[in-house]
Amino acid sequence: MSNLLDVENLRVTFPTRQGEFEAVRGVSFTLGKERLGIVGESGSGKSLTGRAILRLIRPPGRVEADKMELHGRDLMAMSEKDMQKVRGQEISMVMQDPKFSLNPVMNIADQIIEIYRFHTGASKKAAWVKAIEMLEAVSIRDPERVMRAYPHEMSGGMGQRIMIAMMLVTEPKILIADEPTSALDVSVQTQVLSIIDRLVRERGMGLIFISHDLNLVSTFCDRVLIMYAGRVVEVLDAKHLHDAKHPYTRGLLGSLPRIDAPKARLEVLKRDETWRDAPSVSGRI
Amino acid sequence: MSRIHIEGLNVWFGEGEERVDAVKNASIDVPSGASFGLVGESGSGKSTILRALVGLVPNWSGKMQVGDFVLGKKRPKAFYKDVQMVFQDPYASLHPRHSVDQVLGETLSLHGFKDIDNRIMRLLDDVGLGPAFRFRYPHQLSGGQRQRVAIARALAPEPSVILLDEPTSALDVSVQAEVLNLLADLREEHKLTYLMVSHNLAVVAHMCDATAVMQNGEIVEVLTVEDMRAMNPSHPYTKHLLDSSFGYNPDAAQSA
Repeated sequence: MSNLLDVENLRVTFPTRQGEFEAVRGVSFTLGKERLGIVGESGSGKSLTGRAILRLIRPPGRVEADKMELHGRDLMAMSEKDMQKVRGQEISMVMQDPKFSLNPVMNIADQIIEIYRFHTGASKKAAWVKAIEMLEAVSIRDPERVMRAYPHEMSGGMGQRIMIAMMLVTEPKILIADEPTSALDVSVQTQVLSIIDRLVRERGMGLIFISHDLNLVSTFCDRVLIMYAGRVVEVLDAKHLHDAKHPYTRGLLGSLPRIDAPKARLEVLKRDETWRDAPSVSGRI
Repeated sequence: MSRIHIEGLNVWFGEGEERVDAVKNASIDVPSGASFGLVGESGSGKSTILRALVGLVPNWSGKMQVGDFVLGKKRPKAFYKDVQMVFQDPYASLHPRHSVDQVLGETLSLHGFKDIDNRIMRLLDDVGLGPAFRFRYPHQLSGGQRQRVAIARALAPEPSVILLDEPTSALDVSVQAEVLNLLADLREEHKLTYLMVSHNLAVVAHMCDATAVMQNGEIVEVLTVEDMRAMNPSHPYTKHLLDSSFGYNPDAAQSA
């Protein structure tokens, strides 16, 4: 399988008063035309891994990797200017809450058109047509009206679909979705996921899906990396997530209340110090 | 006998053309010592029912009764001793510059308790925090520990009814398991009645004997936990919620 992205030994470090803090400690994986899930609890480094790929870690934070290649091109060696072309055009990112990632004082049209023209240099008219087309692709009814609207006039689900439209208008090869549906209600969640699913499939994209929801990842993704304390503790086929071997993954699964399998008490995860120091499992194929 | 009795409750915000009906003709009965769930999406009115009970909404009509208290415009002080609330976000519901000792001490003295020192120690013990946590500030606590403090504060006046507004949705699943276990133990020990709001059906199925499903301000169905486990809802909306709680299902996406 041809790899879109190849990451080896990725580390993200922040200096603190107590010395260096390594938030991501040696994560390796490859991404093909697949849906790759990254799961973990808060503080496990899953979001930072996503941001580090786009080199969106602000100094004094540092990103280091033995290898971070997009189609064989070294992302680590790129200038900031070249990186700007990668962001949005080749790798896009959808964040958790559309309320905080859309510009509140620009209407939807201006925001989508700005991105499209920045990356393609198309005319305003062509960009407008393209933006309408994208809004239709994310199942927004009456796109002409939505184009003139401002973010505060949109519901959460619509906002997130607009974010997806905006991120995919440049036809990137890779989409990083960081908890794209956590802020949404379940019925809207299903709708947004099916849109992501369809677009990723139709366009032959690679998807990195960052989430804390094990059930969701096991049903939505192809492959899953489980992160703990900045490392990958287990790599699994998503459909086999419930047969996980690692005690951490097992503990997480056990702590979930289940409608179909009632139990008097939920299992409480007992953390083991050795998990922290065990070498990171590679997710490369 | 029912501990919480709500009949034909309407809650609205605004007047005239601006009027929004947040809760429409809702009726629930929670027996003494039971745990009752309210589920629904954001804006369905589930939290508004809790807020109406404790007097945090200005406009409502209908009948609400908690134990012997028939609720009117004003609630007596004894009501607030008997009914307590735990909020969703422990990061927002604790005062950042009050230590755990101050948070609990203030609640206890407001309710006129005398042996505050002993009571603080016992409350901390009840929620599984040792005495070492007594003089800590919220920023020195993890999310789960903060929610334990919020639960201790709710327990302080020795209530018989606790209203839980999404008590674990801001927490990681492993921490959620600890807090849910704690809540189950406390209910047993202190003979509490719970009314719990959540958007997570699995959590409600684990905690509650019966659940009301809300949509657009109306209760569309009241399900027993057995019905829920048997995946046997009668309302299509409940079925949709149940299906969605098992993760992503491409077929459900089509029908949605």
